[in-house]
Amino acid sequence: MWPRLEPRGETSRLMLWLTPLIAVVVTVAVGAALFAVLGFAPLATLYAFFVEPLTTGYGIAEVAVKATPLALIAVGLALGYRANVWNIGAEGQLTIGAICGGGVALAFWGEDAGAIVLPLMLVAGTLGGMAWAAIPAFLRTRFNANEILTSLMLVYVATLLLNYLVHGPWRDPEGYNFPQSRLFGPEATLPIIWEGTRLHIGILIALAVAVGGWVLLARGHLGYQIKVLGLAPRAARYAGFSRDRLIWLTMIGSGALAGLAGVIEVAGPLGQLMPSVSPGYGFTAIIVAFLGRLHPAGIVGAAVLVALSYIRGETAQITLRVPLAVVGVFQGLLLFVLLAVDVLVRYRIRFRADEAAAA
Amino acid sequence: MNAELATLVAILGTVMTAATPLLFAALGEVVTEKSGVLNLGVEGMMLAGAVVGFVVAASTGSSTLGVIAAAGAGVAISLVFGALTLGLFANQVATGLALTLFGVGLSALVGRSFVGFALAPLPRLDIPGLSDLPVVGPLLFANDALTYLALAMVAVVHYFLFHTRAGLVLRAVGESHDAAHAVGYPVIRIRLCEVMFGGAMAGLGGVYLSLVYTPMWVENMTAGRGWIALALVMFATWRPLNVLVGAYLFGGVTIIQLYAQGLGIAVPSQFMSMLPYLATIFVLVLISRDKVRIRLNAPACIGKTFNPAA
Repeated sequence: MWPRLEPRGETSRLMLWLTPLIAVVVTVAVGAALFAVLGFAPLATLYAFFVEPLTTGYGIAEVAVKATPLALIAVGLALGYRANVWNIGAEGQLTIGAICGGGVALAFWGEDAGAIVLPLMLVAGTLGGMAWAAIPAFLRTRFNANEILTSLMLVYVATLLLNYLVHGPWRDPEGYNFPQSRLFGPEATLPIIWEGTRLHIGILIALAVAVGGWVLLARGHLGYQIKVLGLAPRAARYAGFSRDRLIWLTMIGSGALAGLAGVIEVAGPLGQLMPSVSPGYGFTAIIVAFLGRLHPAGIVGAAVLVALSYIRGETAQITLRVPLAVVGVFQGLLLFVLLAVDVLVRYRIRFRADEAAAA
Repeated sequence: MNAELATLVAILGTVMTAATPLLFAALGEVVTEKSGVLNLGVEGMMLAGAVVGFVVAASTGSSTLGVIAAAGAGVAISLVFGALTLGLFANQVATGLALTLFGVGLSALVGRSFVGFALAPLPRLDIPGLSDLPVVGPLLFANDALTYLALAMVAVVHYFLFHTRAGLVLRAVGESHDAAHAVGYPVIRIRLCEVMFGGAMAGLGGVYLSLVYTPMWVENMTAGRGWIALALVMFATWRPLNVLVGAYLFGGVTIIQLYAQGLGIAVPSQFMSMLPYLATIFVLVLISRDKVRIRLNAPACIGKTFNPAA
C-alpha cells in the first residue's frame, strides 16, 4: 500500500485555495507538538498565540499594523514571482525606503514645514526602494547576473548603510549617544486612524495597493504578460513580450512597494530611524506571498495571519517566556508545510491497490 | 624570517580562515548543483551546522563530536529540502528560501541559551617537520583539522566528479534527468545523496565559524556567507579547483576590513563591512556577462523538477 503520486490532468482549483488552509492547520499542530517538547503546555500556549491577541481592540490594531508592511511588500513580490523574477532583497529595499523617507523627515526637522512633509517622505521612500531594486534589475537585464543573489547581497549593504547613518551623521545629538535618529516631528508621522492604538493610515494604503495589484493582474495587459512569462516563457517570446521590460517593471514595482513599506514603518510605529527598522518583514513577505497564492486578495489574508504570529510571538515571550525565535521557526515551518501540501494541487495520491484493480 | 614576511604570513593565514567556511559550503553546493538540484538553503544549513556543532561541543566538551554533529545537522535539514523538492516536486527556489528562513529561526531557538558562551577553539595540528618550513609551513602545515579537511575535499570532489564513474553518472543526471532515467539510473536517489552531501558540507562550513573563526555562537553568525558560497559556485563555473581560488579571493576581501583600520584608512567600518557583499555582486556580473560560458558550464537540468511518472 505504498502511496504513489499521479499527475492530475489540470491543476485543482479547489486544492489551490485549500492547501494554504491545510498548511496552517498542520503548522499549528506541529507547533503544538514543538511547544510540548520545549516544555510548555500546548493548549495554553496556542491560546496565547492565536486567540489572546484578538480579544482586545488594541491587539487587533497591532495585527493590522504588522500586516500592513507584509501585505505591501508581498503584493509587489507576487507580481515578480509570477513572472519568475525572484526579488528576495525586499528587506534591503525596505531599509533604503526607510532611509530616504527618514532623511526627508530629518531634513525638515524643527522647520514647521506643515502638511507637505509626509507626502514627500512617502514619495522619497518609494523612489528609494525603486532605485535599490533597479540595481539588480539592471545587472540582470544588462549583464545576466542572477537577481536572487544580487538583490540579497544588497540587503546587507542597505543594513550597513542604515547602521552607519544612525551611528554617525544622523544620530540624535540629544540622544545620549544611542544609535538612533531624532524622533520625527508630528508633521512627519502618519495619522492614527483608531484612537488609543497604533493603527495608522498605512493600512489604507496597503489595502489600496492590494486592490490595485488585483486589478493589474486580473484585468491589465501587463498582468497578462507577467502570467504568460511565468507560465510559458517561450510563448511570451513568440508573442513579442519583452522579457527585459517585464523584469524591470516587476523589480522596480516590488522595490517601490518595499520602499513604501519601509517609510511607513518609520513614519508610523517607529517614529525615528534606528539600526533595525524591520523584524525581517522583507523576508517574511516572501512567505506571505506564497501563502496568499501570489494573489493580492489571498496575500491580504495571509498577511493578517502571519502578522498574528509576530504579535503572539511578542505576547508569548512576555507571558509564557517562549523565546521570540519561535516566530521564525513557525514562519519557516509554515512555508515548508505549504510547499509540501502543494503537491496536491497538481497531483493526486493513489495507492498501489487501485492501480492493480485498474490493471 | 623578517617582520614584513611574518606579517604577510599572518595575513595570509587569516585569509585562509575566512575562506574555509566558504570553501566547504561552495564545494558541497557544486556537487548538489552538478546533479541538477539548486539548493538556495545553504545559509540555513550553515546556521544549523554552526549552532548544533557549537551546542554539542559545549555540552560534551568534545569538538570532534561537535563537528560530526554539525555535519549531521546539515544532512538532517537538507533532507527536508530533498523530500520536498525530489519527493513532492516542490519548486526548488521557494523550498531553498524556506530552508534558509527555517534555519535562521531554528538556529536562534536552539542556540538561545548558548549566546555568549565561549569555547576553546579547535586545536592546531602541526605536521611534524613540514610546519617548521618558512612561509608555507605556518600556512599549509600548521592548521586545525577542519582546514586540512576543506583543502582535501577540493581534491576529493574534483577527482570524484571528473575521474570516477559515479561522478560521470552524477553529471549525466544533472545534464539530462530524462536520459539518465531512461538508461536506468535512479535519478531521485542520486540527487538525494548529493543534496545530503551539500548539507553535510554546509554544516561543516557553519561549524568552522562557530568553533574556529569566532569560537562562540552568535545569532545569524553566517552573515550571508551561505549566499556568497552560492555566488562562488557560479563564479567557479561549477569546478572545484576554481572554487578554491574563488574562496581565497573572497577570504581576502573579507579580511581587508580587519587590516584597513590598522593601515590608517579612515573609512567608517560599516563601509568596509560592505566589501564582501559588493565584491560578490561584482564577480557575479563579471562571470554572468559571458552567457555562453555560463550555459556551457551550468548543469542543463539545474532547478528543474523531475517526476518519473509524468
